[in-house]
Amino acid sequence: MTSASTPMEAHRVTDAPPRARFRARSVAPWLFLAVPLLFALVFKFVPLAEGVRMSFFRVQPLLGDEFVGFANYTRVLGDPRFQDAFSHTLLLGFGTTVGAMVVGFFFALLFEGSSRLLRAARTAVFLPVVTAVAVIGEIWRLLYIPSEVGFLNSILGALGIPAQPFLSDPGTALLWVGVVGIWTTAPYNMVIVLAGLAGIDRSLYEAAAVDGARLRHRIMSVVLPGLRASISVILTLAAIRSLRLFTEVFVLTGGGPAGSTEVWMTRTYSIGFASNDLGVASAASMLLLLATVVLTVVVRRFTSSKGAP
Amino acid sequence: MIETRTPVAAAAARPRRRRTRDSGSQFESAVGWGSGPTPLNMVRTVLCVAVVLLFAVPFLAIMIGAFDANPSTTQLRLFPRELSFESFRVAVERGILGYLVNSFVILGGGLVLQLILSILAAYALSRFRFRAAGLVLGLFLLTMMLPEEVIAVPLSQVLGELPLVGINLRGTPFGVMLPVAIWGFSILLMTEFMRDIPPEIVEAARLDGVGELRMLTAVVLPMSTPVLGVATIFGFIMIWDQYLLPLIVANGPGDYTLTVALGVLRQDPEVANGIVLVGALLALLPSLIAYLLLQKSLIRGITSGATKG
Repeated sequence: MTSASTPMEAHRVTDAPPRARFRARSVAPWLFLAVPLLFALVFKFVPLAEGVRMSFFRVQPLLGDEFVGFANYTRVLGDPRFQDAFSHTLLLGFGTTVGAMVVGFFFALLFEGSSRLLRAARTAVFLPVVTAVAVIGEIWRLLYIPSEVGFLNSILGALGIPAQPFLSDPGTALLWVGVVGIWTTAPYNMVIVLAGLAGIDRSLYEAAAVDGARLRHRIMSVVLPGLRASISVILTLAAIRSLRLFTEVFVLTGGGPAGSTEVWMTRTYSIGFASNDLGVASAASMLLLLATVVLTVVVRRFTSSKGAP
Repeated sequence: MIETRTPVAAAAARPRRRRTRDSGSQFESAVGWGSGPTPLNMVRTVLCVAVVLLFAVPFLAIMIGAFDANPSTTQLRLFPRELSFESFRVAVERGILGYLVNSFVILGGGLVLQLILSILAAYALSRFRFRAAGLVLGLFLLTMMLPEEVIAVPLSQVLGELPLVGINLRGTPFGVMLPVAIWGFSILLMTEFMRDIPPEIVEAARLDGVGELRMLTAVVLPMSTPVLGVATIFGFIMIWDQYLLPLIVANGPGDYTLTVALGVLRQDPEVANGIVLVGALLALLPSLIAYLLLQKSLIRGITSGATKG
């Protein structure tokens, strides 16, 4: 028993009291999990429960909360500004998802290759992904300055295009917010598509060439089918991200002009923190959560069943 | 890097790209870019330069604007008449360093906590076989459906009075640090990686009488450095990107992080564009440095999902 390092000895030592060892082994994972679970409980699940509770109450800090049933939900669903915010969110989400996917795909085709120059170019293109959204918002707000001498307008002017009002025109502001969204997300999609492209068997390209397939056919019948997994990842991420869009819009326009770019979260924010109507804001948050879960499940279903025979 | 679109520079760039390529075969990429000065390749070079400019110019405009001696409120110039540090001096007077410190405190504390919690949870979920493991992992994955935006309203209530202990975290850096510390994505990432560590190694160490804590720090962690890099860069971006959470946790502008403070600086009529640009630049640099240092980890993290599907 002097040395426990021989395999026989060690084996005997660890196996000797089976019951005690079993107990230690079954308690051990919980010792490691205790703190992470506590954090998840306090900062995720308690707020979730609190959100569900508050959504059924009129929350009054000093007078005490009053149960109102589904009144908060009917107020959200009946509020025309929430209805507008809902359609803006869907429009923006759909537009930026499709736009960023198409643009990211073309970027990937363009920048595919292993040369140092292409790698440097990809590094530059990827910058928006690592930059804080608030900073991107500030950058574009300045680029979009609608006066004649604004940055983008002076470029347009040099090309002979008249000055654009950009974010100050309620008719087009949402479009320009979407452009920033595409500019931010397309490089991320590019990286995912590039990984997908790397996984496509090169001999398929040769086979397609032997069959006399032109570029369009090669893309449609070899490249796109090979990217199914990548596209599924992109759509799932977009589904989770697009509905809770907040920072971009908040920084770029604050929901204006005239509410033309208001999205679900900016409306929720102004109800919850500016008007301090926590019950209604909670109801709006829970509806957002519900929509996110449903959308994610639908996208997962849709993209995974597409590949089934 | 590509900084000019003159045909001369583009032509000079092309042969270099060809030389570093593994092979000039047209079956190496989805589009079938060949090598040599074909018309297709010239089109590609022009497009590549245009796309790189599309992403590089906004960032360049910010950096140059921060050094512009006359930052006008309606204009951003790529070619200022005079450069100076005047904007930096005024920005410091406006307390920009305080915002920067707030950002760094939250980033440092939040990231360290996030990594520790993720390591603990991942170790427990990957190294132990216990009945509730699937349920616990499911709970952590569920937190990914509850990002800060969705539970912002109730979370602000919870942070104002923590359950049971009743501590108020608002107006302290802990109000942001603690909620961002629990991140399902990071836990999932590490769990999947640690599961792939060969069980024989861990079992051998266990037979040598290595305790659980030492097993984690001396055996599993040193083998997990690749995934620690991925988790670090993703956590960095995630925490630096926080906007709504620091905004609602703050009691006043003194508690703001740099990204949130950009909006305050902008709304101050006495503050010129240059100050906002200095702030944007300072908020940009840390993520830029982290990205350049951990670029490989970042790309690996993004593409890991795309190839598995």
